[in-house]
Amino acid sequence: MSAGEYNGRDIYVVTDNIVSPLGNTTGANFAALRAGKTSVQKHHYKEIAPEAFAASLFKDNDSFYKGDGVDYTRFERLAIASASEAINNSGIDTGDDKTIFILSSTKGNISLLETEEDNAGLHQRVSLATSANLIAAHFGFPSKPVVVSNACISGVLAIITAMRLIRSGEYDTAVITGADVISKFIVSGFQSFHALSNEVCKPFDRDRDGLNLGEGAGTIILSADNKYSGSIKVLGGAVSNDANHISGPSRTGEELAGAINNALKDAVVAAADINFISAHGTATPYNDEMEAAAITLAGLQNAPLNSLKGNYGHTLGAAGIIETVISLQSLKQGLLMPTIGYQENGVTHPVKVCTAVTEIDAKTFLKTASGFGGCNGAIIFGK
Amino acid sequence: MAAERYITRSCGINSGEVCVNLEVLFSNRGHLLPDFLLSVYQHFALSYPKFYKMDNLSKLGWLASELLLKNAGMNEKYDPARIAVVLANANSSLDNDLKYVKTISEGASPSVFVYTLPNIVIGELCIRNNFKGEHAFFIQDEFDADFIFKQVNYLLDQQLASACICGWVDVLGDNYKAALFLVEDKQADNMVTFSPNNMTKIFNLVK
Repeated sequence: MSAGEYNGRDIYVVTDNIVSPLGNTTGANFAALRAGKTSVQKHHYKEIAPEAFAASLFKDNDSFYKGDGVDYTRFERLAIASASEAINNSGIDTGDDKTIFILSSTKGNISLLETEEDNAGLHQRVSLATSANLIAAHFGFPSKPVVVSNACISGVLAIITAMRLIRSGEYDTAVITGADVISKFIVSGFQSFHALSNEVCKPFDRDRDGLNLGEGAGTIILSADNKYSGSIKVLGGAVSNDANHISGPSRTGEELAGAINNALKDAVVAAADINFISAHGTATPYNDEMEAAAITLAGLQNAPLNSLKGNYGHTLGAAGIIETVISLQSLKQGLLMPTIGYQENGVTHPVKVCTAVTEIDAKTFLKTASGFGGCNGAIIFGK
Repeated sequence: MAAERYITRSCGINSGEVCVNLEVLFSNRGHLLPDFLLSVYQHFALSYPKFYKMDNLSKLGWLASELLLKNAGMNEKYDPARIAVVLANANSSLDNDLKYVKTISEGASPSVFVYTLPNIVIGELCIRNNFKGEHAFFIQDEFDADFIFKQVNYLLDQQLASACICGWVDVLGDNYKAALFLVEDKQADNMVTFSPNNMTKIFNLVK
């Protein structure tokens, strides 16, 4: 197959969902963001951390799938809740053998290691492949599910993987669900890096002092079926590696800029045609500095940009999907959401941080993500 | 038609044996994994201080990649932004996760926590070799050669990469296996056509 043939296939967004502490539907989440809400707050959960910590956590299990006799974990019930709402809205046939389920998560069921006896059964139960098989069976997907676990770019990489599987003709429809839940394992690790802020985080701000962790799930359903023509399309995407440090970003941002440039090329879109950017914007000093440098290198420093980490915290394997879903709504409604926590520029290469709900006439947006292991991802959607 | 592609080299590490292109180059059975990995490092006279900081998964993947890429001239032949890495395993970073969880009560260590992600082994390979291209880490019940084959072909067909290191790197306790493949368009010695069947055949021969 020659280059170009794959790109001949338009891939549409059929529907989407977010299940977060701010709401259980895309609509509820978008309304909450429009009202300037955040679900990040101080928590005193001794089972998670000895000291109080700021995070976005579900207060109860009302948002989670209640079960059907199968012993799903909390992580799986969250993922099923998000996928269910999207699938029920979509009218797609999950039993079609040209439909694939893709799960994105960094740590899945890892909290089981904190409470359960260490044995072979636990090793099997904690596996992301086990979770993906259970969730796929719940919905009756006939194909073997795909699991993407690539640190903080997992969500963006899962969408790119889906796009490529559909472009190549392997599948016609993809249900992509990203989810992560927060436990002692994850909080203690980020604390050991001194990466957590004690208040609502401040992406790209002068006083930013770290990230907030968040729980949540997001689902996007993509299809090549022409009956969705007129819907927003996924236009292109790319991944790169810094080859610099396993826990710190590139010094220059040129590798993320490379991923952005490759995504633009893949999407056949010029930098000038990007109407807004949904940044990773974790609010750690190094990430935001690198990201702003990369955006500038890619010639996108004048595109309005937001980070939603102040609303949701960093939802890890769900982040790329949740933030894409909000951006899809921004494209549909012509309303860009603000960056909670941002007040004054705090990066060497200033970027155009959106600070209030802004009416925009947008046709195309870019979503970026970067993470441990030096990974960068960029994906472009358009009308 | 897809271009003719070759597995120009393969490297397998399993059960105390190291093979390159299915030839056993080193055997040292009956040791615990950390001791075995160190013996491989020493036997091949490798010198890379970062090796000692890695968890077992990264050590295994790194050793396999060193032997896979020895004299392959990757950086002379290819633009670093066009070398891709596509890996998969069954147990993610569980081997290190189990170690990390035990340290939490005594004060969590960032140097252990950072290895609680499976894609860190890709990061280590990229740092060592200055690879800056496409990459992905997938979790699978068992080695799915067909899936990896299609992912790699997409990257090469679309000219998103010129060459790809792909395969399997899995560790849990004293069970471990690495099977890496270097996939290139150009012919080389000991070439094997890049196909799911040939990947599976090599994977299964790495006992």
